[in-house]
Amino acid sequence: MSDLHALYQEMILDHSKHPHNLRPMADATCSAQGYNPLCGDKVALFLKLQDGRISDVSFQGSGCAISTASASILTDMLKGKTPAEAEAIFEKFHDLVTGKGQPGSAEKLGKLAVFSGVSEFPVRVKCATLAWHTLRSALAGSQEPVTTE
Amino acid sequence: MATVSEVKTSGPARFDVTRVRADFPILTERVHGKPLVYFDNAATSQKPRAVIDAEQRFYETLCSNVHRGVHDLSERATQAYEATRVKLQRFLNAAESREIIFVRGTTEAINLVASTYGKKHVGVGDEILISAMEHHSNIVPWQMLCEEKGASLRVAPISDQGELILEEFEKLLGPRTKLVAVTHVSNVLGTVNPVREMIAMAHHRNIPVLLDGAQAVAHVPVDVRALDCDFYTISGHKLFAPTGIGALYGKAHLLEAMPPYQGGGDMIASVSFEKTIYNSLPYKFEAGTPNIAGTLGMSAAIDYLNQLGFDRFAPHEHALLVYATKALAQIPGLRIIGTAKEKAAVISFVLDDLHPHDVGTVLDQEGIAVRTGHHCAQPLMERFQVPATTRASLAFYNTFEEVDALVKGIYKVKELLG
Repeated sequence: MSDLHALYQEMILDHSKHPHNLRPMADATCSAQGYNPLCGDKVALFLKLQDGRISDVSFQGSGCAISTASASILTDMLKGKTPAEAEAIFEKFHDLVTGKGQPGSAEKLGKLAVFSGVSEFPVRVKCATLAWHTLRSALAGSQEPVTTE
Repeated sequence: MATVSEVKTSGPARFDVTRVRADFPILTERVHGKPLVYFDNAATSQKPRAVIDAEQRFYETLCSNVHRGVHDLSERATQAYEATRVKLQRFLNAAESREIIFVRGTTEAINLVASTYGKKHVGVGDEILISAMEHHSNIVPWQMLCEEKGASLRVAPISDQGELILEEFEKLLGPRTKLVAVTHVSNVLGTVNPVREMIAMAHHRNIPVLLDGAQAVAHVPVDVRALDCDFYTISGHKLFAPTGIGALYGKAHLLEAMPPYQGGGDMIASVSFEKTIYNSLPYKFEAGTPNIAGTLGMSAAIDYLNQLGFDRFAPHEHALLVYATKALAQIPGLRIIGTAKEKAAVISFVLDDLHPHDVGTVLDQEGIAVRTGHHCAQPLMERFQVPATTRASLAFYNTFEEVDALVKGIYKVKELLG
């Protein structure tokens, strides 16, 4: 069960049960839909960009504990960041959940380090990264829904 | 004179699940250090040793192409291949072996009918009637056809129990209905549809009926003549046979009038650059070298099932379903989706507000293989307003102890994630 406890850490379960910034945003400057056809997870991500920085970010959708917690923590982390900074965080995060991260790199990711257990569950990587792929799509101004397939 | 023991065994013999399990090599596997509990039979069933051996034997002793060699190996392979067609004819009780077309599986069988029968008979304003519990493979081919032809897809509704509403189905049969395509058994709900009545209703209006038999064929005896269905489609891999082999049954007069599916070798009588004469049934629909090894595997699977006997394993499977349904229903926060009166051994459920994907991950750590997600039936998920379900689908080699392990596993899920 130790792998499972590493996957479903307290913070992940907390965020999945009480997600932060789970709301629509009428005045979003960009948004995107993400979809994981494997498990039916859906996420809509809303961003407000002001003066080159993300001033507000929220999401809506239904998904598993991993994808919901990931979206929730993403919204917490990105406020005040520039799109380039957000992209850099995603890259490090992606390395973490796919087990490619350098030793010690997890600490630099702050709260996102709780997702390190995902690397032991390759089929769940898509759950952890869905919101992030959707973020990328929103920032790129894409109208097409992204899927993790 | 019969001895006492002979008399005792002359009725339907007791189903010995331990002995049956020994026929399936994979059932001794361990997953995450735990004995495998395989409850994903609706996705694919496991293969008995006899099937695995039959495929291997083809490559070791018989490997050659069918229908074209004068040499001995090819002749023997052809005989074995064609003998499977006859075996399948008897298994489904078709009138003639030429009514059995080998395909990759149910998906290809449905696509074959959509792109041949459908293209010929469906036009602008026509309708194809399906049900709300169809697998994507019995939705999308018809949608594609409708889009191409300017026809429309009609959907017969189901009740909250997951039963087809027969009166509504009948109302949807109209003068523009060109085909009914419905599943015999639902892969998500386990519902066994009242296909006999549905077929009678459709035939009353001269509408042909295709049955998707992917889930049914391993769990209920299928008699296509008694059902009087016009097409029946099966996948070998859900019938304890290898992947990549399946069959389409079609009434001969319908198949004969249909244009070919794919062009190529084997489906022709003669070819010139001016004109090609198509081969007769069933070869008209079997272009290219078929999956010969898979076909022989399917032959072994049918032998295996016949030997086991529906009358012996079906009661065991039903007892498992009853036992599992009762045990799962007692778990607080667990809701079974699909509670039809006539059910095959498929149990879909949702648990508290936990996502099935998380449920599946925890169960997997216990060695329990279930399917989680929308089960290729997204419209059905919307009908029940759930994003996904966890599905335990049983087969005759499953045991009551395995059901107990599932129940225990679900309590672990609740403890860890609840």
